[in-house]
This record gives sequence, structure tokens and C-alpha cells, in this order.
Amino acid sequence: MQHILLVLPLLIPLYGAIACLFFWRKLGVQRVIGVVTQLSLCAASAYLLYKTDTTGILTTQIGNWQAPFGITLVSDIFSSLMVLSSAIVGIAVFVFSLRGLSNARQLFGYYPLLLLLQMGVNGVCLTGDLFNLFVWFEVLLICCFVLIALGGSKPQLEGSIKYVTINFLASSFLLTGIGMVYGILGSLNMAELAVLVRSAEANHGLITLASIFFLVAFGIKAAIFPLFFWLPASYHTPPIGISAFIAGLITKVGLYALVRLFTLVFVLNQDILLPIFLVLSGLTMVIGVLGAASQVDFRKILSFHIVSQIGYMLMGLAIFTPMAIAGSIYFVIHNILVKTCLFLISGVVYRTYGSFALKKLGGVYLQQPLLSLLFVIAAFSLAGIPPFSGFWGKFMLAKGGLEAGNYGLVATSLGVSLITIFSMTKIWNEVFWKKKPAPTEEAARVIAEANTAHIGVLRLLHLPVVVLIVCILFIGLYAEPLVNLALRASEQLLNTESYVNAVLHK
Amino acid sequence: MEILLPILVGILFASGLYLILHRHFFKLILGIIIFGLATNLFLFVIGRLTRGNTAIIDDDVTIASEPFADPVPQALLLTAIVIGFGIQAFAIVLIKRVYQAFGTNDLDDLDKTDKIHEELLSEGNTQKYDQQD
Repeated sequence: MQHILLVLPLLIPLYGAIACLFFWRKLGVQRVIGVVTQLSLCAASAYLLYKTDTTGILTTQIGNWQAPFGITLVSDIFSSLMVLSSAIVGIAVFVFSLRGLSNARQLFGYYPLLLLLQMGVNGVCLTGDLFNLFVWFEVLLICCFVLIALGGSKPQLEGSIKYVTINFLASSFLLTGIGMVYGILGSLNMAELAVLVRSAEANHGLITLASIFFLVAFGIKAAIFPLFFWLPASYHTPPIGISAFIAGLITKVGLYALVRLFTLVFVLNQDILLPIFLVLSGLTMVIGVLGAASQVDFRKILSFHIVSQIGYMLMGLAIFTPMAIAGSIYFVIHNILVKTCLFLISGVVYRTYGSFALKKLGGVYLQQPLLSLLFVIAAFSLAGIPPFSGFWGKFMLAKGGLEAGNYGLVATSLGVSLITIFSMTKIWNEVFWKKKPAPTEEAARVIAEANTAHIGVLRLLHLPVVVLIVCILFIGLYAEPLVNLALRASEQLLNTESYVNAVLHK
Repeated sequence: MEILLPILVGILFASGLYLILHRHFFKLILGIIIFGLATNLFLFVIGRLTRGNTAIIDDDVTIASEPFADPVPQALLLTAIVIGFGIQAFAIVLIKRVYQAFGTNDLDDLDKTDKIHEELLSEGNTQKYDQQD
């Protein structure tokens, strides 16, 4: 039973994608396959999380090659939480793109690509092998490349060339780091690496050097401070049905890998690494939010906020106490939901008013009070106003930071929250509150289109936003289950014995 | 002679990075390819070089006798080459497409979406593809 459960999050999207490819020009069939696949993926991930939580870490050896030699799939609470939240976000984005994405784009393989991308994300989260991690990252990246360029409009081409180049570099760094780790320790299985690193004859200097390669590679993928410039240059270019998924999830997957490796394998010389993380996380928060404050485009403000939020997630790793890492885990899950939701809201606004530019929008509050309410909830969650979900993540991080005596970083993080509120207020004032400016030609066309469109179309666009808001409200107002899960997950991460035993001594 | 290989890897890394930093599209392609080659060669060299001894185990013994070439880095290398090949092929097609769409060879011309007050994104282009039928 265990074996099936761990492989299902990989097989379901793979088979779904293959089935879609058989019906290349038939959108209706692809959509049906998509619905079935997304729902069963979500159910499988939820059951995986339930199983992992009740019976402890699950493992399976692919092809029955025993642990240090074959490829191992491992699921602990953190990884199954990631898989579940990616499945939820996948459903939301899928429903949105039924009407939010042009048929031309959908016909060019949007559904199979989205499924393969989800497979890549699940693979990264579930693998227990370093080289396999690299392979899954490549699966994920090539899908991202194609999705960002899908349709081939000028802004997309501009964005994708930056995205492709820098991510190719990151992958090369990752591969170099993996080569170094294999050269030094002679293994690629993460559990065995965790044992080897802690043994007496480990060469601390060389291993720390190799870990810097991983820090740079995943730092680029997660958009940490000096390495984030590709993100605001590319995430706002594709249509919302694509960018919502990529923006919501992919940087967090990079961060997931960072947390996994730096709690399990690269734990030596923490007196050097943790101060680096501390400085990086503070700078990531501040620079990201300042970038957001200066922008005047709905999606670009949100893109810069991704960078800023990554800083919070790194903060837990920098403090390195159970409470802080639990805060990071909670924050990752919260951010995946909230960020996707905000991107989808910007997509709904665009589909009804024909623009992303703040100065061309206005008066949405009068016409769509429900959407405005949803935006307020999501924005307050992002900024961390109690009782919404962001508050609990920040609370745990701040508590962990204060207990560990990192007062400077805690103060920075709270200050950054204030600027987050400021830039969310900016969107609120410009898009929802201010008087509507005279529409431009392009906007007028879209507005006319939206008015003539079937009312069901607009309802369908609202549906995924509402679903995500319900999830956000749930983890905000009834935070206890997720907080407890995050605490247990961080215990598992810090107590590497359980991971090693589960993988190596079956 | 083994000392030559690390030096070669270093030269490849350096020249790949140098070419990627160029503004010219074609040099970007070259840079991506050379950087990928450098990574692959690095992976090969760091797996330790053993000449003329394959890791094939004879019928009558259970473990291979030293010295033998470690097969793992070679397997990794093959995977990495295939993946790199796919990504490089995609990058080349993408760059050609960008060249056709923008009619320029200079990466510095691709800054329209980075401007704060932008027209390209808010008006036009993306919308054409986002219409419903």
C-alpha cells in the first residue's frame, strides 16, 4: 500500500498528460481528462498526507533496489504538505484557465504541460536521492520554460529568455554541486549522505564548499536576495492561467529543496552558514517589498511580493529552532495558497476590465463588491493581519526568532509587514476604490466583451478564487491543525534519525 | 596527463560564463552550450578517473577487484547530457524565435517589460492571445 501511495502523485499526472496528448486537437476531451486527473491527484495527495501523519515517514524503493543504491521516494509531513497544497493550487488554476486562457493557448498543449509540471513538483518533494532531485527539477523547469513562452507574444518571449538563461545556469550549479558531493562522500542517497556527513572522517571544509553550490542553485530558483532579478522580469509576462501556478508554487519548491538539504545534509559549520542565511533573508524581505512599493502594475507588485515572502521562509531556516522552522513550513503553505489567489484575482480583474496597469483601473468595488471582499481577505492574509493565515506564520517565526535572540531580524520582518500593507493598500486604492478612469480602446473592447459574455463565464472565473479563499480562511481561522502539522514536520526535519532510519533500515 | 582535465574544465566554465554575459544572442547560445559541457565534464572528472578497468564482475567472484572505474558518475553523466541536450535545443529555438519577433541581436533591447511605466504589457500583445471565441 505504501508503495502505491508514494508513486501515485507522480503517476496520476503523468498518465493524465499522456492521455491528453492522444487528444491533441480536442479540447473538450482534454478538459475532461484534466478534471479527472486533478481531482484524483488531490485525493491521492490528501490520503498521502493522512497516511504520513498517522504512520510516520513513508518510503519506497523504486525497482526494489535497496536504499543507498536505488532511487528512494520518501514522504515526510513537510513533503506531503507541499504535494497536497500543489494539488489544491493545481485544481484552482485548472478551473480558472478553462475560461481565463485563450483556446489557442489551450490547444498548444496547456493541459499536458500543466500536469507534467505538477508531476515535476511532486517529484522534487518526494524524492530521496540527490541526482533524482536534479532530474525532477529539470522536468519541472522545462515545463515552466514552455508554459512561460506558450503563445509566443512579445512580452512572453522577453520574459522567457531571461527565465531560461538564469535557470539553466542554476541547474548547472546544482549539477556541479551534486558532482562535488558525490566526489567527496561517494553517495547520492540523502539519508546515507546525512549519516556520512555526521561521521568522524567527514571533511567539513569541502562539504561546506559544496553546500554553497546548492545554496546558489536553489537561491536562484527560490529567488533569494542577490539572485532574484529574473523573477520580476519574467513572472508577469505570461497570461494569468499560467503565471498564477508558476508564481504560486515554483519558488517555494526551490525553498523546499533548500530547507530539506540544509536540515538533513549540510548541517556542518552552521556558525558560518546560519549568519549568511540571516543576512540573506533580511535583505530578501526588505529589497522585495521595496521593489513592490515602487511598481504600478498589479502583477508586478505581486511578483515583487513573492521575493519578499521568500525572505520570511528563509528566516525560519536562518534561526534554526523547531518553532522557527515550523513557522517557515506554515508560511510556505500559506503563501502558496495566498499568492496563487492574488494572481487569480488580478486575472479576474483583467478579464473584466482589460488592464493590469493601476492607473487604468478603478471603481471595481462599486461593480464587484464580492471580488473586492475576496481581495481584502487575501491581501490581509499576505500582510499578516490577525486572524488571517499570514499572521500565524509570522507569529511563529517571530516567536522562534525572539526565543533565539535574533531581535534584529524579527524587527525587520515586522517592519516589512508594514510596507506590505502599504503596497496592498496601493492596489486597493487604485484598482478597487478610486473613480474609474475613462477606458482606453483596448480596455473598452474587453469590457464590452465581458458584458456580452455569458454570466456563467464570470462565475467560473470567480470559483477558483472563492475556493482558495475558503482554504485561506480555514487555515487562518482554524489554524490549529496546520500549526500542529507544521510543528511535527519541523520536528521530523530536525530529528534526522527518523528520516535516516525510515530510508536505510527497512 | 590527468592535470590537464581539471584545467580544461576550468577554461570551459570561464569561457561559457564569459559568453553568457555577452549581449549578442549567438554568443548566448554558445555560452549555454559550453557551460553545459563544462558541467558534464566536471561531473566526469570528479568521479575519479580509472583507465582501462571496467566495473564488470567476473563469473566466479562476487565483488569487482580494485581498481575499477566507478560506473555511477558515467550513468549520471549520460542522464545529464540528455537533459542538457533537450534544454539547449529548446533555448536555441527560443532565441531564434526572439530574434525573429524582435528583429534584434542585442539582449539589451529586451527591456520593455522591465520598465515601470510600461505600455507593451498593459496594452496590446498579450490580449490578442487571451480572447475567447
